[in-house]
Amino acid sequence: MDFFDNHKKLFRSAFLLFVGLTLVVAIMPAINNQKNNAALPNAVPLSADAAAGKNIFISNGCVACHTQQVRNVDMDRMWGSRPSIAADYADNKRLDIWRNTATLMGSERTGPDLTNIGSRQPSVAWNLLHLYQPRAVVEQSIMPAYPWLFIVKDSVSKGETEVIVPDKFRKGITGKIVASKEALQLVAYLQSLKQTKLPDGKETPGFLYKKEVKAAAAANAKGGLPDGNVLYAANCQSCHQPNGEGLKGAFPPLKGSPIVNGDDLELYVNIIMKGYDARAEYAVMNAVGLDNNLSAEDITAIINHERTSWGNNAKPVTLEEVKKIYDFIKLTGK
Amino acid sequence: MDTKNIFSESGILITIFLIAIPIIVASLIFIAKSFSVINRYQKRKELKKFNEKLKHLTPAEIEKLEQRKKELEFSLTNNELSGNATVKDSRGLIDKITNSEDLNFISIKKKSQPRPFIEPDLTKLVLWYLACAVFWLLFGTTVGEYLGIKFAAPDVEHLSWLSFGRLRPVHTNAVFWGWASLGMMGLGYYVVPRVSNVPVASIKQGYRSLILINASVLLGSIFLMAGINNGGGEYREYIWPVMALFGIGVLLSLINFYKTIASRATKEIYVSNWYIVSAMMYVLVIAFVAYWPTWQNGLGETIVQGYYMHQGVGMWFMLFSLGLMYYFLPQQLNKPIYSYSLGILAFWTQILFYTLIGSHHFIFSAIPWWLQTVAIVGSVGMVIPVVAGTTNFLMTFKGAWHKLSSSYTLPFYLIGIIFYFTGSLQGTAEAFRFTNLVWHFTDFTVAHSHLTMYGIISFMLWAFIYTIVPRLTGKEPPQITVGAHFWLALIGLLFYTVPLMIGATLKGMMWMNGKPFIDSVQMMAPYWLWRAIGGTLMWISHIVFAYNFYIMVSRKDEIVIPETAPEILKAKELLEKEA
Repeated sequence: MDFFDNHKKLFRSAFLLFVGLTLVVAIMPAINNQKNNAALPNAVPLSADAAAGKNIFISNGCVACHTQQVRNVDMDRMWGSRPSIAADYADNKRLDIWRNTATLMGSERTGPDLTNIGSRQPSVAWNLLHLYQPRAVVEQSIMPAYPWLFIVKDSVSKGETEVIVPDKFRKGITGKIVASKEALQLVAYLQSLKQTKLPDGKETPGFLYKKEVKAAAAANAKGGLPDGNVLYAANCQSCHQPNGEGLKGAFPPLKGSPIVNGDDLELYVNIIMKGYDARAEYAVMNAVGLDNNLSAEDITAIINHERTSWGNNAKPVTLEEVKKIYDFIKLTGK
Repeated sequence: MDTKNIFSESGILITIFLIAIPIIVASLIFIAKSFSVINRYQKRKELKKFNEKLKHLTPAEIEKLEQRKKELEFSLTNNELSGNATVKDSRGLIDKITNSEDLNFISIKKKSQPRPFIEPDLTKLVLWYLACAVFWLLFGTTVGEYLGIKFAAPDVEHLSWLSFGRLRPVHTNAVFWGWASLGMMGLGYYVVPRVSNVPVASIKQGYRSLILINASVLLGSIFLMAGINNGGGEYREYIWPVMALFGIGVLLSLINFYKTIASRATKEIYVSNWYIVSAMMYVLVIAFVAYWPTWQNGLGETIVQGYYMHQGVGMWFMLFSLGLMYYFLPQQLNKPIYSYSLGILAFWTQILFYTLIGSHHFIFSAIPWWLQTVAIVGSVGMVIPVVAGTTNFLMTFKGAWHKLSSSYTLPFYLIGIIFYFTGSLQGTAEAFRFTNLVWHFTDFTVAHSHLTMYGIISFMLWAFIYTIVPRLTGKEPPQITVGAHFWLALIGLLFYTVPLMIGATLKGMMWMNGKPFIDSVQMMAPYWLWRAIGGTLMWISHIVFAYNFYIMVSRKDEIVIPETAPEILKAKELLEKEA
């Protein structure tokens, strides 16, 4: 056949077929998406510090292990309160003449998804220590440490942030470990990563593949409550540690704590829901309960887990008791 | 994890042991090499002295040597009993005469076939391409090996240039654009002029292309380690000026190949050239689409990313390697390809379906649902070219299976073809919405990319390199080290991928059951350790491969000091001729 023996015709048609398909499947959808999507009206643009922090995030290749996309499947519910939509990424533009747009959606979750990390873990102290040495706060973590983002000094000057590192991870450093500008910018970026609420009236897209067994599994657990151990691991453990002893100079112990073991349930629930900043020797605690949408059942399970672990031996609380306080907090909000 | 305690873990010890092997072997080779250099030097001096003596032989001494030579050369004529009648095997009874040999530990495989004359300039060009490819393979997988170790020991060091996020793209890009791309193009420089039956259009152009691509990978690696990258899309990490060097490099070779094919002496264009030229056109289109700035805002970047990363794999590496396979497999089996039309069918369906499937990396993400569905349908369509290709190759093998055991290159071909089938179909299975739930974002993707880029592309490239380099240089690699390369690479790949796939499945299930994330990290630890062990075996195999390549390219002739009378006379004769 002449067609197969004529290199001009053959290669031209192979070329055109590919370019045609490329147009349909990549270029046109890309242009279409970029044209027809805009950022949500209430989306907060990155501050100067957060934008600088994003550059540090990019240049260190953090996207190799951290995604920034909540898929519309039930298992991704732990990473955000709604699935990510095109509008969430619409504000990403080309970074500069050398570098392309960075939506940083990622393709590998060796570490947790960061879409909503600013709400889940907003603590500056935790983030700085975690960057300096991840294993100081999360024992099993395999994340790289970033000590080069910190400066060792004899004394801390005004306006600088010292990082209290446990002796085990100081590796012979005797001076003060102070966060560099870059470290603070990177944390500012992480803090800025929050899911924007959809404007009123816009329907929230749902999650697919919901688990039907959830209710049954919950009923099997103690007293119809979810597993407090699992909830503790997911929401509390990275600061208060698996042994409940916290970290000296950063996060208070729950083992033997008068609040955990005491009778002031209202204060206890309030701290979990709305955070705590009453003790100068420890870092500020964020509103864990509100930030992570924990239910009254979740809170009860966590409280009972904490009151009966690590040698703590206090009386379990009931869902009804917690629910009363919980509903009041929900009503008044933050 | 206490960093002191991990050294009592058996897995860590195994890894360390495995890493120690090549280091010890390398030191041994180094010592042996040093000795041989000294030895060579001494022998050369001895030879000089000996030659000096040769020049001053007295006629009496020469006569004595002549005499001795005659005595030594005496043998029976072998027809003392039969007389002078010629021996005839008129009934063809005697076949395959072999002399009895010593007991063989390694079975002897067939030597590579002598080939028709190939221009020395072209030989040199092809060898340069392959040598650079071998270098980038060693470099890229050394980085990969180190990354694997970091999963088990994240606190090995804390240098910014060597941190995980910066090194990971160094590994992937070096093996993509350095090893596989240069390897394929080097082989292309052999195949395109062969099947066109004309010399290649320009040797110089080939070198220019080679230099540009090497510069691209070198600069790209340095930039990535310094923290300068394109913004995070996988395999798109080189910034555009660096990628442009690569693109121009490919373009130069593409023009070169096109001109060669245009001036071909054959009427038809052999199917290999369809694949090769198309792959080179497509990789340029792909890179252009990926780096052109006007359609990259917001989700545009993601849609282009899905297209880019998968077309890079399927329309560049896969298409090019298949083209090479259509030349080398029939060559090596010494029979024509089973079906030429099946090859043509595979060609067009590959283009049609493969182009559609990029977005399957972003299933359930915010990109349009219809695009995700198209990608899934395209992934299923890929069954057609894959089955057509595999059938074609295996049917070509049919009737020649017996050659497998007597060849040191055919096992590489077979493994490449088998992984082509399983690896590609695994990709189809992964694209389904349900399997995506379990496997997406887990290490399963890593396992899959190694099964394909390593199991298919690298094994095929090795097959081709072991096929042609001995033909180009006339020097064969030691069969025992080719075998070692094969087995280490294969077993290593299995140790790498199988545990990773099991672990990744368990990880996905844990996520689906809402277990705390950190539990899944802890659960993966032993599987990551197996990955490091498998990776180490693969890495060792590359060192063996580099050694084999070195032997094929530059084995030195041994220096022999003449000892027997005929040798001495011969040496004198040669020496006088030179003078």
